[in-house]
Amino acid sequence: MKQGNFIDNLPKIYGIYTGGFIGFIIIMAIAEQMGMTAKAIGIAFVAFTVFIYALIGYLSRTAQADAYYVAGRQVPTVFNGMATAADWMSGASFVAMAGGIYFKGYGYMALLVGWTGGYVLVASLLAPYLRKFGCYTVPDFIGTRYGGNLARFSAVVVLTVASFTYVTAQINATGTIASVALDIPFQYAVYIGLISILLCSMLGGMRGVTWTQVAQYIVLIIAYLLPVFWISNKMGAGFFPHFMLADEVARIGELESQFGFVKNSAADLATVPKGLAGITKAHSAVNATPWAFISLALAMMMGTASLPHVMMRYFTTPSVKAARKSVGWSLFFIFLLYSSAPMLATLSKLSLIDPNLSTGIIGKSIAEVQAIDWYQNWNQANLMFISDFNGNGTVELNEFFMGGKAVVLATPEIAGLPYVISGLVAAGGMAAAMSTADGLILAIANAISHDVYYKIIDPKAETAKRLVVARVLLVVIGFAGATIAAMEIQGILGSVIWAFDFAMSGLFFPLVLGVWWKRANRQGAIAGMLGGLAAGTWYLVWVRTGGSGFLGITQLTFGIFGSAVSLVAMVVVSLMTQEPDKATQKMVDEVRVPSGKTILGKQ
Amino acid sequence: MSNQEKHWEKSRGLLMITLAIWFIFSIGIFLFGAEMNEVTGPFGYPWTYWFTCQGSLGAFVILIFWFANRQEKIDEEFGFSEREDE
Repeated sequence: MKQGNFIDNLPKIYGIYTGGFIGFIIIMAIAEQMGMTAKAIGIAFVAFTVFIYALIGYLSRTAQADAYYVAGRQVPTVFNGMATAADWMSGASFVAMAGGIYFKGYGYMALLVGWTGGYVLVASLLAPYLRKFGCYTVPDFIGTRYGGNLARFSAVVVLTVASFTYVTAQINATGTIASVALDIPFQYAVYIGLISILLCSMLGGMRGVTWTQVAQYIVLIIAYLLPVFWISNKMGAGFFPHFMLADEVARIGELESQFGFVKNSAADLATVPKGLAGITKAHSAVNATPWAFISLALAMMMGTASLPHVMMRYFTTPSVKAARKSVGWSLFFIFLLYSSAPMLATLSKLSLIDPNLSTGIIGKSIAEVQAIDWYQNWNQANLMFISDFNGNGTVELNEFFMGGKAVVLATPEIAGLPYVISGLVAAGGMAAAMSTADGLILAIANAISHDVYYKIIDPKAETAKRLVVARVLLVVIGFAGATIAAMEIQGILGSVIWAFDFAMSGLFFPLVLGVWWKRANRQGAIAGMLGGLAAGTWYLVWVRTGGSGFLGITQLTFGIFGSAVSLVAMVVVSLMTQEPDKATQKMVDEVRVPSGKTILGKQ
Repeated sequence: MSNQEKHWEKSRGLLMITLAIWFIFSIGIFLFGAEMNEVTGPFGYPWTYWFTCQGSLGAFVILIFWFANRQEKIDEEFGFSEREDE
């Protein structure tokens, strides 16, 4: 692939690709009318898209370190924005987010604010400066700015803890989707997911991941928006749901007060299958204290600005200027999906609970609901459940339970959309989980191969050898992640949120102060990274083992405590020890201006 | 004060403004979430609900592009913008 030509032709290439994908959807729709089975459509969607990604991964193969680690630093602004959006929006964003909003309402929507607001911090505090630095990985910045192998190694430790927590959740998600779409047991599906992930990244490193992520973004955004618009139109809720669902939101509030939130007894709840939940919280009313909302949003924002797999996407832009703009494009592409999730939750909830709609099940007789096709399907998949707790023969709001994933996966079917849409949604979920997993595995493998192997163990290693090590690590880390994912320890969303907390505990202040505070030195940074990570981990373990916590900091926001300890440790230790030498201070000065060569490019 | 110090001072000023706007949309309004949700906002949604769905998210997108443009202007003013051949 000729890089120069290729870059110029990107809009054309991805334009043809998008047209081809839409054509594929239409062919599947026609095939469905002609009698293709639902299962065959699901397999076709997942197999076809994964094959395309693998092909892109193969075409992007490279033997150059620059291409492998930072895609040759020539990814145009808008395309890098798409790649970052795919990198960012995980299986959890795609499959579980609308469900979270559906069940928890306002309190959960702090995540929407947190996962977008963080990009303001990325754009203003970090991305352009790290791009100017010219590093390959995040620990590369820490190691060069603060100097010394211990600082570099500490950064690798924090990065590995945070990213690995995250990646198991993503491999888990690819496994879940592959097992549903291909109809195979989860334990095997996890490894099929893993192999698909590795196909994208192994040969081309960052270059392969970049171009597959753009392709994956296109699939996932079509797969998310098409059903939302379709359902909204079909329900007569409005042709552009984002601007037209106010009546529906108000109607849900009306129904909530009409039905009331009846609390179920513990004995009744024990009969509900694990992982399913009922509607117990108001949809649009403020149902959380300001601090509960703000602390969660804040933790996610600072976590965003510390997650290495996001930061390293901005190392691939051609210039500092492009890095800043690229953050804006990333957030724009993320916004398209995130602003649609609450709309999907609204449509899904109303279509299920409004007795005036034909799809509504509340108030219908139990036997009638149990006879509905889609109820039977999703009940069998362990994602839906009704039970007549009060014995009156009709379904009440508190007698209907659903899995979080069902909001995205089942709503198209409930609303009566053709099965081709469900196949499309499966492909979208797969794309979302794969793209994030790829970014994460690559972040870990690159940090270990570049920072630990090349910079610390064998600085004289040749490029070919370094890239072999990087690829071997990629496979090893992938398999480790898949093995843990196969054990199914924590739900998809729980471990995703922890990853943010780990990252902010150990990396936020060492990164930010590295640019914005010249006085920050090696000892301070090491204290900040290790102290913050240790404090955050301790708090998590303490709360998980029955500790009461303090200041309303929960197991989802433990990063607030961790990063506070990190900040104090870093400032105190820095001030107690010698200020950085002249060369380091001069380096910080140079990072602060966009012009001139990159810092590492000069050495 | 050297050219570079002036450039950094202005950049820091821009950062402070950016973070202040960021603070309003990510934290400030949610201090008054319950009160603001009583009022009908854009497209007929309750205000706080609208901010969590669209308002704050959109504000962040606009804020980043605004910041990027302002910072480019500052870089140009002090002659620190990147040249194409670099």
